[in-house]
Amino acid sequence: MAVKVRIPTPLRSLTNGVDSLDALGTDVQSVLAEVCQRFEGMDKRLFKQPGELNRFVNIYVNNEDIRFMDNLSTPVKDGDDISIVPAIAGG
Amino acid sequence: MSYVRGLKCRECGQAYPEKGVHVCETCFGPLEVQYDYAAMRGKVTRESIAGGPRNLWRYRDLLPIHGEPKVGLHSGMTPLKRARNLERVLGVRELYIKDDSANYPTWSYKERVVSVAITKAIELGYDTVGCASTGNLANSVAAHAAEAGLRAFVMIPHDLEQGKVLGSLIFNPTMVRIKGNYDDVNRLCSEIADKYRWAIVNVNLRPFYTEGAKTFGFEIAEQMGWKLPKHTVCPTAGGTILPKIYKGYREFINLGLVEDNQPRIYSAQAAGCNPVVEAIRAGRDLIKPQKPKTIAKSIAIGNPADGFYVVQAVKESGGWGEDATDSEIVEAIKLLARTEGTWTEPAGGTTLAATIKLIESGRIPRDESICVCITGNGLKTVEVVVDQLALPESIAPSLDAFDALMADRGTAVAAVSAV
Repeated sequence: MAVKVRIPTPLRSLTNGVDSLDALGTDVQSVLAEVCQRFEGMDKRLFKQPGELNRFVNIYVNNEDIRFMDNLSTPVKDGDDISIVPAIAGG
Repeated sequence: MSYVRGLKCRECGQAYPEKGVHVCETCFGPLEVQYDYAAMRGKVTRESIAGGPRNLWRYRDLLPIHGEPKVGLHSGMTPLKRARNLERVLGVRELYIKDDSANYPTWSYKERVVSVAITKAIELGYDTVGCASTGNLANSVAAHAAEAGLRAFVMIPHDLEQGKVLGSLIFNPTMVRIKGNYDDVNRLCSEIADKYRWAIVNVNLRPFYTEGAKTFGFEIAEQMGWKLPKHTVCPTAGGTILPKIYKGYREFINLGLVEDNQPRIYSAQAAGCNPVVEAIRAGRDLIKPQKPKTIAKSIAIGNPADGFYVVQAVKESGGWGEDATDSEIVEAIKLLARTEGTWTEPAGGTTLAATIKLIESGRIPRDESICVCITGNGLKTVEVVVDQLALPESIAPSLDAFDALMADRGTAVAAVSAV
């Protein structure tokens, strides 16, 4: 199933400037695994260790933070939208 | 001269030149301005600061700008008040209110961060500024951008208090109201910053922006007569101000401007949005995001970007975290107003209410100096007290009517004997 993944600016040096792409997977973990496989160096940017995201990486599925759902095990379906978003300051 | 030596990631140490850079490209960690503190020794002194202008730029040697300040020439240097009436009510010996409800021109601590960020935006060549805001930041960005002649885009949640909305619109920015909470606005802004070449003050100018918050701490130290309060209680939303007040204290200590009394810092949050206080209580660094539900909208940030650094500063200093319910917040707003003549918004009510609980629980000793950080003005959030304050009946403009009213109220008239 194809899921759209949005790549933020700081990661586009790894994707040759590509800002979104389609990836396959049944949950967030498997989709991100495909993204990491496709772009060298992505794994280290996103994950502290397997199964654990870096502290300042936020992942959203259809505008909802995955920490309100099932974290990396949050299921995804065809047409879903995954955003990788760095944390930012208050206001 | 400037003592700035570039930017560095707080997490992985990667160095960057000064530019409008979002976050560390390697690990997404926040970038921190680096200064040459050794070069400041003997040059940045009490005298050099005291001889500066009566605004926040008196601390410019410790702020990340190179040229002359462009905005904020009347911001900062807000009152530090000895709160003697509150001392009596709370049974404590030495209590101060650092009162940014009187910060010019839009009455919140945000003047500090925005003055630095907009000056930096101009230095870096931007002609458009913006922000994601719960209201106060939007007010400040809109006002300072108007003065600087920059275009401004302010992005806010759709359901803010009227005072906060009008308080931006009057300065004629482009306002975008977003159907969602602050965390939704925040996320959208990080995507906007990716796409448009704007200086979004709390996104791509964040390393410079957050440094402005140090001036809140610098002023407390200078206004106390070059010493630090033992206990400082500070509201926490996104987590900008608390670690920066603490950093300001440490910078003054390291420069020999104040004695190291091992100051402790405490985080105050609304019970309806307390991810940082919850982490402090649980003894963990990890912040679990929440869906905010509180009247304290200016601090209703469920996914605080710098929450981790709040926990770190609190822990390192030996402080603690406390939260307050909506009704405790409103009671504290009223208490501060009737004892000290300061009308604050719910963020300030939260901070005072948390301070009271920290004193009552013994976390803050009654005989040591305490500073309560008031960061916003109550006139912008009349909604939270409008139902609490009874509108008095009106009377005819006659002394008889007045006398009758006073008799009704049981107010005795001092007897005046006829001449």
